[in-house]
Amino acid sequence: MGGTTVEDVTVIATEGLSKRFPRVTALDRLSLDIAPGVTGLVGANGAGKSTLIKILLGLSPASEGKAAVLGLDVATEGGAIRERVGYMPEHDCLPPDVSATEFVVHMARMSGLPPSAARERTADTLRHVGLYEERYRPIGGYSTGMKQRVKLAQALVHDPQLVLLDEPTNGLDPVGRDEMLGLIRRVHTDFGISVLVTSHLLGELERTCDHVVVIDGGALLRSSSTDDFTQATASIAVEVTDSDAYADGTAALRETLEKAGLAVATAEREADGSPASGRVLFVEVTGDPTYDTVRDAVAGLGLGLVRMEQRRHRIAEVFRNDPGQPNEAAPPPDPTSQPQPQVQHQHQPQEGGSGDVV
Amino acid sequence: MSFKTRTGTSHTGQPASVQQAPPGAAPADVIHNIGYRHYDGPRLGRAYARRSLFSQSLRGAYGLGRSAKSKVLPMLLLAVMCLPAGILVAVAVATDTDELPVEYTRYAIILQAVIGLFVASQAPQSVSRDLRFKTVPLYFSRPIETADYVAAKFAAMASAVFMLTAVPVAILYVGALLGKLDFVDQTKGFAQGMVSVALLSLLFSGIGLVIAALTPRRGFGVAAVIAVLTISYGAVSTMQAIADEQASTGSIEWLGLFSPITLIDGIGSAFLGATSAAPGQYGPDASTGIVYLLVLAALVAGSYALLIRRYRKVGL
Repeated sequence: MGGTTVEDVTVIATEGLSKRFPRVTALDRLSLDIAPGVTGLVGANGAGKSTLIKILLGLSPASEGKAAVLGLDVATEGGAIRERVGYMPEHDCLPPDVSATEFVVHMARMSGLPPSAARERTADTLRHVGLYEERYRPIGGYSTGMKQRVKLAQALVHDPQLVLLDEPTNGLDPVGRDEMLGLIRRVHTDFGISVLVTSHLLGELERTCDHVVVIDGGALLRSSSTDDFTQATASIAVEVTDSDAYADGTAALRETLEKAGLAVATAEREADGSPASGRVLFVEVTGDPTYDTVRDAVAGLGLGLVRMEQRRHRIAEVFRNDPGQPNEAAPPPDPTSQPQPQVQHQHQPQEGGSGDVV
Repeated sequence: MSFKTRTGTSHTGQPASVQQAPPGAAPADVIHNIGYRHYDGPRLGRAYARRSLFSQSLRGAYGLGRSAKSKVLPMLLLAVMCLPAGILVAVAVATDTDELPVEYTRYAIILQAVIGLFVASQAPQSVSRDLRFKTVPLYFSRPIETADYVAAKFAAMASAVFMLTAVPVAILYVGALLGKLDFVDQTKGFAQGMVSVALLSLLFSGIGLVIAALTPRRGFGVAAVIAVLTISYGAVSTMQAIADEQASTGSIEWLGLFSPITLIDGIGSAFLGATSAAPGQYGPDASTGIVYLLVLAALVAGSYALLIRRYRKVGL
């Protein structure tokens, strides 16, 4: 990744991009420069993610400002962009009565690939996303995880230079989610295709992305490299048992460690947004001696050590003041963001969004 | 061959080789998994994508490329359309008549129920499915535009209906020639029949697609198309019968404007030498026929415009 992000190229560039609907401002003067690599686009539902994707595909004109994808202007070269870009929608988009192979071949041809190349690329791509024998069976019988793979395959089949993945982990169980995130990572590292992946779960993206962009109410909240804020603030997670001497081993350890001058915290949220156990302590690492101090403290108290693992700070914690609290569809009220647009978003959760088919 | 690298197939493999990315595609120093091959063959663009959608939809109308179950109904209807033509030809040849028992232009009118069933079953198949399973946004993430999608679907449906209606007419013609009927007469009749079924295909597909595109529910689409076709025909023919009964024959030709099949029948009798199927054969003459043509053109163009409008809204 190091090799690609230093390149002086942008795959997506927007400048003062705005999109206004009669009652909602979906994008508000958004300026972005996205380099090759895996970029996470985070925002609550209604933050403007889908609108941005629509504009980037050249399907919806911006109210003002401009945007370029792969150096092509979205306003005038939409067709050329869509030929070079793959898109995986958030919603279900697969007809149940055809096989994955037939469907992906058809979508490859819709992207302009000649019939023989479409078949060859389909076989390759389905293999890469991990669909083997089942690809000849009708999609209707697939699990959610397999359907997500087919959706990813149709976005990759024409060998795009960039794929836009809209909430690819939606509806997946933890194992399926891990597999999907690994696959997304490979799309860049192994296939050399840049990725823009949206999610409303911050924790999920830090494992996958080189760069994270947070938008809220259509405006840019923060854009930084994932490494920037996760590595700088390394910590270790420590979990201990209780003993007869200490009925609450966690509290005892915390006290001991704080006396030793270490910063100790309990997490509010796990990486995937679920509430974290109060029994896990996060100790800020100031250097190698920190590990020794923790070890000695646990031994000194005579507690059993359940786990002690290195842990990067979650993006969620870094953005703690941002409204994008991970597991919530709508952000809690936040003094720094204007409440007006958010209320409107709740009334019309996906104004102009994808798949509003009546 | 169109692929950049053909060595290696391991998909789980380690990044075993460093290769140059295609120019302009990605930075030059990307490490690729050896299992992934880039495509730098031709990309045929929008017109090709439109043709692909057309052929996929046309094949789909007869269940080709879909499950065995979905082939049954369209193939059965095609057989039902052709069977009477075969019988008529056999009778004509056997009895050694000098003309076919049924006019070329009349054949589709007689079997209108079969055509109606075909449109009712296949138009929703063609468009409601894409709406219901939300495949439409996926199409619009490809190089095609709204107009391409509508044009491809419209052309595919019209071609499918044309096949259904033209094949039996062609059977009649071939049979007539085999039966040594007059070549000039038969060829003229055949040509008129072809024009008539071509217009019928355009009109029926337009109406069928507009109705089907309104609902993502296929069942509703099927029922609605059948309802529109049969109710309009039922109402028009009943009123024509009443008008005939009350001897106000002048209104019969105007009533014919209000159902698709009588519209086609009227154009046939006005311009294509057909015998009108209207009660008492009071079909339109050439001057009223102009109105028929205008209404037909307005209906076809109108349904195309309505489809475009519909798909503007349901895009991505």
